[in-house]
Amino acid sequence: MEPTQMAETAASMAGHVPLDPLVIGLTVFVLAVVVGFYVIWGVTPALHSPLMSVTNAISSVIVVGALIAAGPEFFNFSKIMGLVAVTLASVNIFGGFIVTQRMLRMFRKNK
Amino acid sequence: MSANLSALAYLVASVCFILALRGLSNPESARTGNMFGMAGMAIAVATTLLLPHVVSYAEILVGVLIGGSIGTVIALRIQMTALPQLVAAFHSLVGLAAVFVAAAAFYAPDAYGIGVPGAIHANSLVEMSIGTAIGAVTFTGSIVAFAKLQGLVTGAPLVFPGQHLLNLALGILLLALVVYFVIAQAPEIFWAIAFLSFIIGVLIIVPIGGADMPVVVSMLNSYSGWAAAGIGFTLENNLLIITGSLVGSSGAILSYIMCKGMNRSFFNVILGGFGTEGSTVAAGAKPDRPVKSGSAEDAAFIMKNAGSVIIVPGYGMAVAQAQHAVREMADTLKKEGVKVRYAIHPVAGRMPGHMNVLLAEAQVPYDEVFELDDINNDFANTDVAYVIGANDITNPAAKTDTTSPIYGMPILDVERAKTVLFVKRSLASGYAGVDNELFYRDNTMMLFGDAKKMTEGIVKSL
Repeated sequence: MEPTQMAETAASMAGHVPLDPLVIGLTVFVLAVVVGFYVIWGVTPALHSPLMSVTNAISSVIVVGALIAAGPEFFNFSKIMGLVAVTLASVNIFGGFIVTQRMLRMFRKNK
Repeated sequence: MSANLSALAYLVASVCFILALRGLSNPESARTGNMFGMAGMAIAVATTLLLPHVVSYAEILVGVLIGGSIGTVIALRIQMTALPQLVAAFHSLVGLAAVFVAAAAFYAPDAYGIGVPGAIHANSLVEMSIGTAIGAVTFTGSIVAFAKLQGLVTGAPLVFPGQHLLNLALGILLLALVVYFVIAQAPEIFWAIAFLSFIIGVLIIVPIGGADMPVVVSMLNSYSGWAAAGIGFTLENNLLIITGSLVGSSGAILSYIMCKGMNRSFFNVILGGFGTEGSTVAAGAKPDRPVKSGSAEDAAFIMKNAGSVIIVPGYGMAVAQAQHAVREMADTLKKEGVKVRYAIHPVAGRMPGHMNVLLAEAQVPYDEVFELDDINNDFANTDVAYVIGANDITNPAAKTDTTSPIYGMPILDVERAKTVLFVKRSLASGYAGVDNELFYRDNTMMLFGDAKKMTEGIVKSL
């Protein structure tokens, strides 16, 4: 028996049913929205354009899903989809962070 | 790498992303923040590459190199005035990537541990459909926004009878397809969902006009985040859920700020067609009223003798690429002992913060640039307001005329300055299609001409 299965069996014997991943996901989701709410309201309006480009860059974290699809050794439809998505997301990751950096470098204070 | 270890590494990446956004609270900390963002992405990618079943490094490297070099070249070459369309284009890629990842998960569910082909968990199918639908809408919606911003298609709203009814019907059809997909799990239905969402994406953006693009771009930003979160649910990956939610909230808050900047509800903007009826009315009813107009020399004389000047830039400054000339003018004035500041309206330009970036590009120090709330009271004791490429955001009708389509919109009180210099090509009304009362005031001098040439003319005469 796998250790996780053993843990699950032990948990259910003790009256605990493991949480549905959807519930765990929802917990994380709601907390992240709350964090996002407060952090984003703290962003100075002068930097709203860099905010858009950097959020654009980090939303390319979807590359994680793409890499898992592209990862297996043998080619199939899923792997091709994954590789295309890796390429698309890479455009965004590099483009998004670089253009943000370019913008932020321009913001200077009065000497 | 074990599942627990990779989950912890993803947690570190999530915190890096939060710090990246947190850094933007101040221009000083923003650059460090961006470094955190890059570090977070590097950790996320490295962790995923170390997962046991990710082995095809060669193919992945090719993909990253192709995509990465395209992204790098574009980001280094792009003109700052073209930023809004660049961001729109980038959003479309995230959207499309989300569709492809969802497709990959549907065709090889075992790789993600969400079931086997033909017997995928119902939860996962619903999440997959949501991710696909939002991703697909983001993709085509962003392409339309890009085309409008780039001027490939007209920025004017495209409206036709029954538009909203059609969108509603397609939305219901989409829901029905999702239900059918969960039951039948057929690839044809997956692609039908994607295809229908592509169409919806186009339809919801075409009725929205050019100057409402700040809302649209923010909204698509938000969608690209929700798409990532949706995929995160499918893959049971907390990093994707957290990052997607951060981006989703960010875009939603920006849309809210933009709508508030126009005193319009989100639905009013999204339903579109703004400014189409108003413009014909205003054009027909426009009376032949006298205006005072002046030359660059007149303007130079007035500003040179002023104690303080507030510059009010709008989208027209971006179109004319006049930001460098404006900074030059400000420098010359400062040498003459004139106090120069800039006032930025939240919806000036085509994306949130557009004007700030253009001024920063022209090396205007950011501590001379003020938001509406911080500077609006100072117009009353300012000698000259120099309005360049802006119109509706200065229109006093927003405060007085209850019948005006822009009634209630917060405006910059330039009318309270001793002299208003208005750089404009003609007396034509702005985006909202409303005549600007300010043009006919005694303390207003119209400077007819191209924003850049006029400003350069003033610099010469100073």
